[in-house]
Amino acid sequence: MKLTRRDALVVGAGAFVALGLPLSASAGLGEDAIAAFTGGAEMADGGITLTAPEIAENGNTVPIEVDAPGASEILVLAMGNPTPSVATFKFGPLAASQAASTRIRLAGTQDVVAIAKMADGSFAKASATVKVTIGGCGG
Amino acid sequence: MISRRDFLQTSMAASAILGASSYGQWGRLAAQQALTQDQLLQFDTFGNVSLIHVTDIHAQLKPIYFREPSINLGVGDNKGQVPHVTGADFRKLYGIDDGSASHYALSAGDFNALAQAYGRVGGLDRMATVINAIRAERPDALLLDGGDTWHGSYTCYQTEGQDMVNVMNALKPDAMTFHWEFTLGSDRVNEIVAGLPFAALGQNIFDAEWDEPAELFPPYKFFERGGVKIAVIGQAFPYMPIANPGWMFPEYAFGIRDENMQEMVDEVRGQGAELVVVLSHNGFDVDKKMASIVTGIDVILSGHTHDALPEPVLVGETIIIASGSNGKFVSRVDLDVRDGRMMGFRHKLIPIFSDVIEPDAEVAAVIDEQRAPYMDQLTEVIGQTDSLLYRRGNFNGTWDDLICDALISEREADIALSPGVRWGPSILPGQDITREDIWNVTSMTYGQAYRTEMTGEFLGVVLEDVADNLFNPDPYYQQGGDMVRTGGLGYRIDITKPQGSRITEMTLLKTGEAIDPAKTYQIAGWASVNEGTEGPQIWDVVESHIRKQGTVTVKPNTSVKVVGA
Repeated sequence: MKLTRRDALVVGAGAFVALGLPLSASAGLGEDAIAAFTGGAEMADGGITLTAPEIAENGNTVPIEVDAPGASEILVLAMGNPTPSVATFKFGPLAASQAASTRIRLAGTQDVVAIAKMADGSFAKASATVKVTIGGCGG
Repeated sequence: MISRRDFLQTSMAASAILGASSYGQWGRLAAQQALTQDQLLQFDTFGNVSLIHVTDIHAQLKPIYFREPSINLGVGDNKGQVPHVTGADFRKLYGIDDGSASHYALSAGDFNALAQAYGRVGGLDRMATVINAIRAERPDALLLDGGDTWHGSYTCYQTEGQDMVNVMNALKPDAMTFHWEFTLGSDRVNEIVAGLPFAALGQNIFDAEWDEPAELFPPYKFFERGGVKIAVIGQAFPYMPIANPGWMFPEYAFGIRDENMQEMVDEVRGQGAELVVVLSHNGFDVDKKMASIVTGIDVILSGHTHDALPEPVLVGETIIIASGSNGKFVSRVDLDVRDGRMMGFRHKLIPIFSDVIEPDAEVAAVIDEQRAPYMDQLTEVIGQTDSLLYRRGNFNGTWDDLICDALISEREADIALSPGVRWGPSILPGQDITREDIWNVTSMTYGQAYRTEMTGEFLGVVLEDVADNLFNPDPYYQQGGDMVRTGGLGYRIDITKPQGSRITEMTLLKTGEAIDPAKTYQIAGWASVNEGTEGPQIWDVVESHIRKQGTVTVKPNTSVKVVGA
């Protein structure tokens, strides 16, 4: 019998193996980036909203949105990517809102973290686990 | 689930308590073989608004047999909570007598004998009779279809959903939401939806390019019924491009989007909605979680996970209604809405006993018209079965065992994989298997049966990934559906473990050897979500296999060891 899907699956296999478990290999780099941004200061739980899908429809382009009223900067990190830094959004004093949306690439299931630096110098953090999956079978 | 006692006490008006359950009564009536249409329809009209909910019909126009699952495990906070209660435990929970009509309709156990006694269920012409009877008592009742309507049969496949559209239009729904409909491809979905005489709703149906609400699918629609301003918000299946082939509808994005749901609820309340109903294809556990996060929803009409519950489940001030699948049930929910809020409710899950409920002649004629061009194909007998063929259950069912046998033998594979879908009627021992029966459990727009090589390691990754879709303790990470069915492969699963460590002891059944992570195996399967999958259609593979067998016998399957249930 002819192997028809082999090529597709071999390509897929590399990705699947990488996706099997939540990625945290580069978490150290992410923690370093957080420390550099906050200088080790405490981070509050409220004050910032991170909107991300629970399960990514396409890990190569995952829509996310951050919103932190009163923030001067928002740092976004993909904690499981080889290079965790995604973006730092800076808001001037005349900015009407302190919100931004973008699309990010995720190497696999991992936490996305957003940290806001408030105008008073305090910090707030939000985190969301985004699952990158090979897909199941609908009911 | 909160206990029955708590639930009744929490009802918002004394009058609401009365209708909460009439199941014990049915049991007695059925024991006397005195089930009548009038008893099934008996309902003391209540309040000022009636909702009629149908969902997950999967194109089953005609009466069928449908065995409910005997294994439906819940994890995390949902362990042991409905709908994760089955068989005798389920009957005990709801006070249902063994051997009663409700036993047969709602739970597994003694299925073959009860099916002989009570006969087939469903049929949209019978459903029409029930809907018309409710409308006779409440002419402005809202009929809401939870989706998975335009998928699942021979005629639905051949007509690209047109048969279901024609029959449903005859039932005159007020609104609908979606899941498998999108596997018709976005061009066809757009074409049908543009011509629908009712609302096609989905607050979570977005344009994939811009991540903005899709124009064709409004988030909600207002209805004025019984002097009440009602907002119905749609919630399509959140994980369509992941659980189904996203390449078939690349213009659309989905997701749960509960923050947008909250915005919509606030928006409709701001516009004066006195009653907020969510028509949902989330699945039951996802709806429970959403109800605990989003405030201001009065009623969630829940679909996708095919659960049939004789009472609503209350989360905060939201009632959640589960109305089964495959045309087997209609839910009626009467509500008393006064002073801008829901003061009480009365509910009944009406099982469609096909031999008890008179078909509606007009809808029966529309159904016959859809089927007429295909009758020769539909009715051809392919073989017989000695065993009950059914699908539902977390790990295996005899239909999928038979499909896996067909894949292994017809495609010369070591191991077969069959998707853990929850649709597909049952066939009793001694029944003929027709072509229609085979299509009822296999029909889809991506039914190609692939054959490929996988390493043992990769096979483990696949099983782990699917298991997490089912057993992740957070419902928002569950996609619904059941575990992928395996043929020629045994394994042990600990459902309490995290992804990556649930599956152990994978065994190649034909040799009894442990699966070697480094070794390559021949795998046959179907329903790949990958574009360009090649192979014969699964229904042709299964038909060829059954023809060779003549009469099929499916042996008990003990190849999956479940731990942590």
